[in-house]
Amino acid sequence: MGLMWRDLRLLAGDIGLIAAKDLRIEWRARTTLGQVLPFALLVLVLFGFALNANRPTLELATPGLLWMTVLFATVVAVQRSVAVESIDGAGRMLLLSGMAPAAAFGGKALAVAVQLLAVVAVLLPGVVLLYGAEIESLPLAVVASLAATAGLAAAGSLLGAVVAGVRAHQTVLPILLLPVVAPVLIAATRAFEDALGKAAVNGWSWVGLLAGFTVVNVALGAVAYGPLMEEA
Amino acid sequence: MSAVRLEGAVVLLGRFPALAGADLSVDPGEVVLVRGPNGAGKSTLLHLCAGLLPLSEGRGEVLGCDLGADRAAVRRRVGLLGHDTALYGELSPAENLDLWARASRVDAAVVPGALGRLGVPERLWAVPSTRLSAGQRRRVALAAIVVRRPELWLLDEPHAGLDGDGRELVSDLMSEAASAGAAVVLASHETGPADDLATRTVTMAGGTVGADAV
Repeated sequence: MGLMWRDLRLLAGDIGLIAAKDLRIEWRARTTLGQVLPFALLVLVLFGFALNANRPTLELATPGLLWMTVLFATVVAVQRSVAVESIDGAGRMLLLSGMAPAAAFGGKALAVAVQLLAVVAVLLPGVVLLYGAEIESLPLAVVASLAATAGLAAAGSLLGAVVAGVRAHQTVLPILLLPVVAPVLIAATRAFEDALGKAAVNGWSWVGLLAGFTVVNVALGAVAYGPLMEEA
Repeated sequence: MSAVRLEGAVVLLGRFPALAGADLSVDPGEVVLVRGPNGAGKSTLLHLCAGLLPLSEGRGEVLGCDLGADRAAVRRRVGLLGHDTALYGELSPAENLDLWARASRVDAAVVPGALGRLGVPERLWAVPSTRLSAGQRRRVALAAIVVRRPELWLLDEPHAGLDGDGRELVSDLMSEAASAGAAVVLASHETGPADDLATRTVTMAGGTVGADAV
């Protein structure tokens, strides 16, 4: 029992180490701040143009548009997360360190999740301002955002490792990722329809689906990340 | 026990046999120079010994660990300097080495000593690695190996890109490591400081290791 707790503490420490590393790199490279956030805001504005600034339509479509935008941001964030390990062979350091691959996966997924949460934190006020949305259940919106970003980050990091060794990984990633995370888009949209009072659905049951998706992808990532790292 | 023992080792990169039946034995305390032209398979040999590439055929044992069964155990005990530096460009030398030490379960307190040992000026310790010269990045990459103090040093063109002092430093490090009982395998296609250092030289061609030259 004592050994298990020690292993878990080490695993948690390594996850924190890798997440802190990735976030520090992102903070210095300004990718999230300088590229992902402006890109996401731009998509929100363009959706508004595409729907001809029609307030009722925009209000109805707000949850879906919000999570479509987060999905696009996920692709950019995961691509960056993959690139960080491939530049100058940096990822070899993780392999040679002997760190548990599950910890490397967890750390990278956690860093992507934090970035996506920052995107949601900016987009949410954005849809309130641009689309006139009103948040009726903040707890549901917050929990759904946490579960959805965790699911996106886990699936994204796993598929990022799958395509890391592929020469055209930047174009292959969206083709693989978008269909896989379609359940997140659907569930997060439904949960937000409830949180924003747009539809009479039980948002919490959709949060359950998001949590299930996250658990499955975290488990898959913890098991598959090691062999995938070696392949890359 | 040999530090490295390869028998008929085959490594496929895609379908191409980058190693096509290589035999090599390296004892602790030895400094083995692997010589050969570009594309002879020197880097592949080092990556195989580091547990980074799978063995397709043949047998391989590094530091008592079977390369076919437990490459992860091998990786924890070797130090590899490749053509690239394996440094995160946005992190400083000190941050890179600190991360490496913690991930490898080594006391991070040894980091300043390692950077100092490799002659990386203190004013550069907090500068993002991308801003360092190629030679300085190479020194930092070598400092990462010093941090770990591995039982097997695998160095690919270790003198490349270094000035005179740096080359001397690398030679000293290898001698020290061998004196302390570590095995050193270095690959080089040019004549130079590596020749004086090596206790044995082998030549590679077409993915195989030829008879000892020395």
